[in-house]
Amino acid sequence: MSGTETLAGRVAPLREHPRLALVAGVVGIDVGLKLAGVWSPLPGGPLGVERLVTLLWNGLVIGLGVGLAGIGLSMTYSILRFANFAHGDYVTTGAFAGWACAWVVAAAGSGQLAGNVGGSLALGRAPDAPSAADLSVSVFGSPLAVVVGLVVAAVGTVVLTLAVDRTVFKPMRDAGGIPLLIASIGVALVIRYLIVFVYGGSSRGLTAEQTRLIVGGVDGRIALVTSRRTLREAQDGAVPVDAFYVELPVVDLGSYSAEVVAVSSAEFGLVVLALGLMYALHVTLQRTKLGTAMRATADNKDLARVTGIPTERVVRATWVIGGGLAGASGYLIALERGTLGFQLGWLLLLLIFAAVILGGIGSIYGAMVGGVLIGFTQSLAVVWIPSSFATAAAFAAMILVLVFRPEGIYGGVSTA
Amino acid sequence: MSDDATAARAAAADAAADANADETGDVDARTGGPALEVEDLRKSFAGLVAVDGATFSVEQGSLTGLIGPNGAGKSTTFNCITGVHDVDGGTVRFFGEDVTGLRTNRVAERGLVRTFQIARELEEMTVLENLMLAPGDQRGETLAQAVLPGFRDAVRDRERALREEVWETLELFEIDHLADEQAGNLSGGQRKLLELSRALLTDPDMLLLDEPFAGVNPTLEEKLLDRIHALQRERGLTFLLVEHDMDLIMNHCEHVIVMHQGQVLAEGPPEAVRDDEQVIDAYLGEEI
Amino acid sequence: MSDGPGALDGVRRRWDAAATRVFGNDPLLVAAVMLGIYVLFTAMTLVGPSGGDLGAIVSNLQAVTFWTALYAMMALALNLHWGYTGLFNIGVAGFMAVGVYAFAALTVPPSASPPGLGLPLVVGIAGGMLAAAFVGVLTALPALRLRADYLAIVTVALSEIIRRSLLSPELEEFTLFSNLGFVPDVTLGSGAGRGINMPTNPSIPVKSVLYTDPGNPAAGGRTVVGKAVLGAAESAGVRETVVSQFAYTLVLVAVVVLFYWLLVRVGNSPFGRVLKAIREDELVANSLGKDTRVFKIKVFALGCALMGLGGILWEAQRGFTDASVTTFRPLQTFYIFVALIIGGAGSNTGSVLGGALFAGLLFQGPLFVRRIVAHLLNLGDPPSTFVGAAAGLFSLELGGFLAYTVNNISELRFVFLGLVLIYLMQRRPTGLLGHRKEAAASVDLMERPGGESDE
Ligand SMILES: Nc1ncnc2c1ncn2[C@@H]1O[C@H](COP(=O)(O)OP(=O)(O)O)[C@@H](O)[C@H]1O
Ligand SMILES: [Mg+2]
Repeated sequence: MSGTETLAGRVAPLREHPRLALVAGVVGIDVGLKLAGVWSPLPGGPLGVERLVTLLWNGLVIGLGVGLAGIGLSMTYSILRFANFAHGDYVTTGAFAGWACAWVVAAAGSGQLAGNVGGSLALGRAPDAPSAADLSVSVFGSPLAVVVGLVVAAVGTVVLTLAVDRTVFKPMRDAGGIPLLIASIGVALVIRYLIVFVYGGSSRGLTAEQTRLIVGGVDGRIALVTSRRTLREAQDGAVPVDAFYVELPVVDLGSYSAEVVAVSSAEFGLVVLALGLMYALHVTLQRTKLGTAMRATADNKDLARVTGIPTERVVRATWVIGGGLAGASGYLIALERGTLGFQLGWLLLLLIFAAVILGGIGSIYGAMVGGVLIGFTQSLAVVWIPSSFATAAAFAAMILVLVFRPEGIYGGVSTA
Repeated sequence: MSDDATAARAAAADAAADANADETGDVDARTGGPALEVEDLRKSFAGLVAVDGATFSVEQGSLTGLIGPNGAGKSTTFNCITGVHDVDGGTVRFFGEDVTGLRTNRVAERGLVRTFQIARELEEMTVLENLMLAPGDQRGETLAQAVLPGFRDAVRDRERALREEVWETLELFEIDHLADEQAGNLSGGQRKLLELSRALLTDPDMLLLDEPFAGVNPTLEEKLLDRIHALQRERGLTFLLVEHDMDLIMNHCEHVIVMHQGQVLAEGPPEAVRDDEQVIDAYLGEEI
Repeated sequence: MSDGPGALDGVRRRWDAAATRVFGNDPLLVAAVMLGIYVLFTAMTLVGPSGGDLGAIVSNLQAVTFWTALYAMMALALNLHWGYTGLFNIGVAGFMAVGVYAFAALTVPPSASPPGLGLPLVVGIAGGMLAAAFVGVLTALPALRLRADYLAIVTVALSEIIRRSLLSPELEEFTLFSNLGFVPDVTLGSGAGRGINMPTNPSIPVKSVLYTDPGNPAAGGRTVVGKAVLGAAESAGVRETVVSQFAYTLVLVAVVVLFYWLLVRVGNSPFGRVLKAIREDELVANSLGKDTRVFKIKVFALGCALMGLGGILWEAQRGFTDASVTTFRPLQTFYIFVALIIGGAGSNTGSVLGGALFAGLLFQGPLFVRRIVAHLLNLGDPPSTFVGAAAGLFSLELGGFLAYTVNNISELRFVFLGLVLIYLMQRRPTGLLGHRKEAAASVDLMERPGGESDE
């Protein structure tokens, strides 16, 4: 997909920016040293390849969710010129709207809907409502519910963002960035605590137990299994008969036997759906004039208006795309976590900002890549520092970028 | 315009020479050589070349005009000289000292002060407060002096003295009736006056004035020009003036620099510049 | 003016003068607003479940004063950054946390767990303020050249870094200098999620006026003052704890006055004039030769020190804290912002009024509404879930929904808070008093020279 092309084409910043290259180089060399198990000047002990792969996978999962959420924030930041502190709560809204619907569909699918519409919509927060275990929603178990939920998450959030824009931000188009920022904090509070009013303050389980795909080494070959037991049995020499077991045709790794990484169906769902949505956005922007119009509006609103670009329509398109993706990301992140609480998006907001700033405010591809980089930062940070500082490290990375390279790693080129 | 003005200019030039010859103080310390030397100055914005190797110098104690069609790069040159923009290349020397790339406040501290083409008054401060801000190194500008009781009386004494100076300036610029007005409420011309008076109150050695008389009534303009000549004479101040009114330039400037497309097109006494073929070409289509 | 012709004119003039005296006089304005809030709270107590109980009234009035003072204090500190200088710092909670934890590290006895240095209260307060100022300078050095919205993101991220680090198990207890033989080992700690006890704290000196053993009032006896005051209070039906809290609140009010004085002093000076200029247009200040970076760093440090002190007076006085409390979360910063915006950024009196209105009407008031409604209307047990409440709506039984709403008013407060923020930004961004001109000089500038001197 073109995301990779974009990525490849964007290694250039490293060449142009020695400081960035230096950091990347030091990190790379140190990971190498730690993998080799030799002494390294930086803190942190030796690093197993399995751990590294798992960390990278986790980073990718977090990062794609954050990146997907970041697209909208980046777009509105550059077109409407304010940091929207309500964006995190758009993410939460998507998660609640989408999952409420997914539960209803799942309840209908399993014949438990009668008398339980309210309870399903309330995600279990009602007398005698079904629980996550009763409905056992999962990516492969009830794909229809998951997909319908995703659509509703996006649409519901779009409706909310347009309503908010209409009532709050539109009357303030000419206000400065700071009044808008403050108003967006107000919006964030209203949304968040209305959610609490309806759904309560405690978080709940959403999905059933996940199926997992485990990648492991079996006597030098790489095998895919769905349970740890199968992997252990295979490693002990007994090739499983009635369990899922596939050997990959890759080079012989000697006597390598270990579990490398476990991928849950929810993580898989998030990665596939997030990449799919990103690709769809890419195609949309390529095929339509929207991308150009957005770029023009971001560059100079007045000029865009003079040249006949209907800025209000561009603004609306921005909210539709940005809000839809924010809602979808919230829904997918909740899928991956399996739990949902009202603080979901708010707690993610700073990470989303980090992704957007890293990628360069205004850049859609930048937000995607920035999200993945922030995901890697947060997950790989534990190689060097205690895990309780991992999120702090991601925030610190953002601060460093803001201070030393506020135009982001792509150097202020608005890509779309 | 009038012979009066030409005479005034000549007188001013003489007086400036006098001042250089026999005055004492910081003017004396800086005798000889130009006040400002700009060499091969370059600045572009995202591919658009705004200043393209401009080279010129401004003599001490002179009133030099900087002219050129809109977009010639005059304001950008001011911004580069005063450190508002980072330059892409070239050097700026002020009384022989390299000030290229210094921060704006450092340039101003050295006595090179500018006004803005679009007046930048401090909107929510009163006219008086705008002006009280200008004098440099005020007592009470450090936190300790502002807060600690022991300094308070000294701070007040100094502020009373400043207040006197500020009121005089207000009267000179005929804006004393606006003293307590929020600067944001002033008219365009009044803002220009506020800027000019504020710049003067910093006690500069040289002023870069970017279209200072836009919107100022002609009578007051003449009065202020007289004042500028007086400052040339009495304090040896140097002025670099961006102005579109050619009569004014012809009547008041000893020296004129013409910019076009980021470069210095011509330089010399006003009459010579006016008759320069290249200059006329550059201005073709514009009134001269 | 000459003597007015009609008596009516004279009356009107006197009336006008009286009105300006009241409303142009800031202490009176604050007093009037506080009086209004007291009347409201007294009335709410009277109609509430405690009825005419004097003890309850006093207790409620002391509580609203307590919160007013805290929010006024913090709004004033923030006003120095945002109102005066235009520095959009939304990391207030982080600087409060630095103040509190530095205070704890200095004052907690070495024998406690987590341990501290066991130094006296004053040292702790000074150290806490210095630490907050120090972190402020560290932030300011790189961040102050950023655009306002970037500064906002940097500061809020910083406050989250601080809070999360304080919750990190690695910092629960740690030893410094263990590899430096010539320096004695020092063991400190944040207590992480376990929290930290602060037996030495700002409430102790206040309690020592009343009790012989201020650390544990129940154990020891009462001082002479304590006997008199507490005796009188008890006979009036006022609880003992209310009295000591009231005494502490008096200290807070004194600190608010001190902050106010300091800010006026800073504002009405050449220094303050430059701050104002930075807020308006930093480039102009630069062009007049002001090194605005120095001003910004100084004012950031001062404001952060005040925030650190505010944090100590707010959080440490409880004798215990952990970094997961609201006081150290970004939400707390937003509350303080709401208070400042209501009052009007830039105005010191506005900051105090904003603190009062926020604490009284937005923060404490709604909780009374719940008690009063529950007391006056017999709504029965509120449904425990929204679905349960909404079900009643379909059958046109509004009681359940109302009961649910009232029962959840504590959450709905935030919705209201958000609406107030939006309203203010749309309709009245200057708040109550933000439009007012605050002087920016130590003398009256309008006095023309040649006249008499100004005192
Ligand atoms: N901050 C800026 N960003 C981009 N372009 C600029 C900026 N400032 C000036 N320019 C451009 O540089 C050129 C020179 O402008 P300026 O110096 O203002 O001309 P003048 O003052 O002679 O009219 C113009 O084409 C203008 O559009
Ligand atoms: Mg110009």
